[in-house]
Amino acid sequence: MTVPLLSLQGLTKAYPGVVANDTVSFDIGEGEVHALLGENGAGKSTLVKMIYGLVKPDSGQMLLRGQPFAPAEPRQARADGIAMVFQHFSLFDALNVAENIALGMENPPEMRDLAARIREVSETYGLPLDPFRTVGDLSAGERQRVEIIRCLLQDPKLLIMDEPTSVLTPQEVDILFETLQKLRSEGTSILYISHKLEEIRTLCDHATILRLGKNVGECTPSETSARDMAEMMVGSTLQTPQRASREFGDVAMDISGLSVPAPSAFGTALKNVHLTVRKGEILGIGGVAGNGQDELLGVLSGETLTEADAVKLHGQPIGKLGPTARRHLGVLAAPEERLGHAAAPDMSLTENAMLTGSVREGLEKNGFLDWGKTKEFAERIIKAFDVRTPGPGNAARSLSGGNLQKFVIGREVLQDPDVLVVNQPTWGVDAAAAASIRQSLLDLAAKGAAVICISQDLDELMEISDSFAALNEGRLSAPREAMGLTVDEIGLMMGGAHGMEVAHV
Amino acid sequence: MIRLEKRPQPSRAWSMATPLVAVLATMLFGGLLFAALGKPPVEAIRTIFWEPLFGEFAFYYRPQLLVKGAPLVLIAIGLSLGFRAGIWNIGAEGQYIMGAICGAGAGLAFYPAVSFLIFPLMVVAGALGGWAWAMIPAVLKTRFGTNEILVSLMLVYVAEQFLASVSLGLLKNPEGFGFPGSRNLQSWDSAHNAELIAGSGMHWGVVAALIAVIFAYVLLNRHMTGYHIRLTGEAPRAAKFAGVNPTRLVLFCLGTSGALAGLAGLFEVSGPSGQITIDFNVGYGFTAIIVAFLGRLHPVGILLAGGLMALTYIGGDIAQSNLQLPAAAIQVFQGMLLFFLLAFDLLTNFRIAIGKPEVA
Repeated sequence: MTVPLLSLQGLTKAYPGVVANDTVSFDIGEGEVHALLGENGAGKSTLVKMIYGLVKPDSGQMLLRGQPFAPAEPRQARADGIAMVFQHFSLFDALNVAENIALGMENPPEMRDLAARIREVSETYGLPLDPFRTVGDLSAGERQRVEIIRCLLQDPKLLIMDEPTSVLTPQEVDILFETLQKLRSEGTSILYISHKLEEIRTLCDHATILRLGKNVGECTPSETSARDMAEMMVGSTLQTPQRASREFGDVAMDISGLSVPAPSAFGTALKNVHLTVRKGEILGIGGVAGNGQDELLGVLSGETLTEADAVKLHGQPIGKLGPTARRHLGVLAAPEERLGHAAAPDMSLTENAMLTGSVREGLEKNGFLDWGKTKEFAERIIKAFDVRTPGPGNAARSLSGGNLQKFVIGREVLQDPDVLVVNQPTWGVDAAAAASIRQSLLDLAAKGAAVICISQDLDELMEISDSFAALNEGRLSAPREAMGLTVDEIGLMMGGAHGMEVAHV
Repeated sequence: MIRLEKRPQPSRAWSMATPLVAVLATMLFGGLLFAALGKPPVEAIRTIFWEPLFGEFAFYYRPQLLVKGAPLVLIAIGLSLGFRAGIWNIGAEGQYIMGAICGAGAGLAFYPAVSFLIFPLMVVAGALGGWAWAMIPAVLKTRFGTNEILVSLMLVYVAEQFLASVSLGLLKNPEGFGFPGSRNLQSWDSAHNAELIAGSGMHWGVVAALIAVIFAYVLLNRHMTGYHIRLTGEAPRAAKFAGVNPTRLVLFCLGTSGALAGLAGLFEVSGPSGQITIDFNVGYGFTAIIVAFLGRLHPVGILLAGGLMALTYIGGDIAQSNLQLPAAAIQVFQGMLLFFLLAFDLLTNFRIAIGKPEVA
């Protein structure tokens, strides 16, 4: 048998209160694309941080080509040929591509030589990129290229990619996959972290599945169905949300010709947005992050005021009404950023229930607050949405991301809205909880509410939405019926490859 | 290795214990300081903390505690509302002066009439004076986005000049033999903020301070405005999402703190001080900032902090005269108290962990 490139043997890492990795062992072969699958919180990130030298294992060992390998810091891991592309880019918007790459190097060469190297590498791997463009002007896909090229310049033996496709349109994903296949054909191994099963089935040779920090199985993705892999990930049978066929009522919310300037230098301006959503309808709005999602939610929730006529509820202009007035009318929203926007981190869940619930739940009388009633409301949310917490007195920041998300969505859903706007409703939530959140949105629509679901998770949108539109640089595409849309069509609505040149490998 | 670990929840026990621990640490290190200066440490600490309350001359010092503590608490309560919401009124000293001038002026306009309406009128005028002075930074901030820290601070110096001007001009005592300063309100019963119980130090300002504490407590814990204040301070974006109107909040917080500072000025000028003079203000407006933070912006905390502050001032004075401690040493001692309080406060949100990080 050949010696694997990297062999993990019984890696264990515990944090106070949780075992992130429990005796995880697997091998990554030379020139292999190895998938690491698992839900949020399964321990994928901790595991790759150990490989990359960011975290030290409590026990267990790693062998790199048969030699003991214990990097004390990322620099050492890089020297040994391990490179990593993080999910969140660490790039400076104001610098150009070459400068950004030089910043990450130990001994950066002359800028001109570096630019030439960048051109060379980017041509070879089908990742066209101009070294002198300012990073602030690049699309998410292009920024990822910068990170990948930064890694490739070190000529790595193992490239770790953490959820690389979460910021890409389907067309951009295709381009990325061609690059990765080219790398594999040259003998570079890739450790590919994702929870998107179809991607893994097309790309990866081998998959290791983590659940609650344990290696629960391995499989060959091309021979295993997505459903089987999902069930290994979750450890139980998956409940797919049930959608009853529904009749749509009158138009509930209506936006016409809305333009809003960008709130800040790196925000996105909304340009001539048209949108209607009927009672009982779920409108899914897709798009890559940073294309105006936050801004659109602000306009709908009343945080951003507009011309009165630009936003209408049941035909009545509400563009000039703030969040409180809109809640009176039944327009509720759940923003994407949980800590600091949807909830105040240091306040208790009870206090956070007051945040949006005061109007519709009658928690306030002549300005005085009814904390008893608020606590009951918070307890109702916790119970109905299975929020794991010792009680409503706990601070919002003490909850895990997924649990807080359940609380935030539950808080709005239980207030019985006429129109509900959610942004990234299941971000960071485990599969079972995500399914129950989606089900609650479907149930809400079945009761006659209009739901606008902004999300970057296309599978989610396809699962629940009746019609689909995409945000691209602040413009909203014309909505189309969601049933029967193909991935290609969705990709084109999202802006195709965002003007990125297609790879020529 | 010793390091700090963020607690998942702020610790209630530590939040209660820190003031006590801080006072003990101040006593310990203050004692060391006094010993290094060649003074008896135990005696010095006893003089500062014990003498004003239970010493031989406590009958004189105890009322002084109320007289000095009341304006501090009254002003600090107002400031704490704004500080909670991230609205920084640094100019309470100016609002205090303007409250005193407006209140005294409104009363003196009727001199020498005798009516029980004059004092209430002065109270209203004092509050309005402070409120109006605070409205200048408030309106400039909400209209033009100016920085309220700078504007309110600069207005203190304007108010001081104005104080000098009226002491020498408009409000100057016509029977004052040419000395600067207004008539003495203590000798005019209709305008005198006299002690409610003779010899207790308890004047209307003390009552107002206690009412302010209760008002602030109810506001912050039971009222929507107080909830919005806390929300804005902790998560401004969430506050906007909740529907807080930032303009109204700025006007409310600056206005309230201005009015309370103005009230403090009025009670001082009509009571303990008695007259408007060039050097009428003694820095209560600035010290109240420290009191507000010492009390962690909590109404009850501020009440205790105001008392503690007054105690160290009076006790410090006694130690200076009895033990010949240098004034600078007393100031260091007061500084230590604030330092230890803020330092131990860290333990409310963090815990000290010994050992290697990230090991269960």
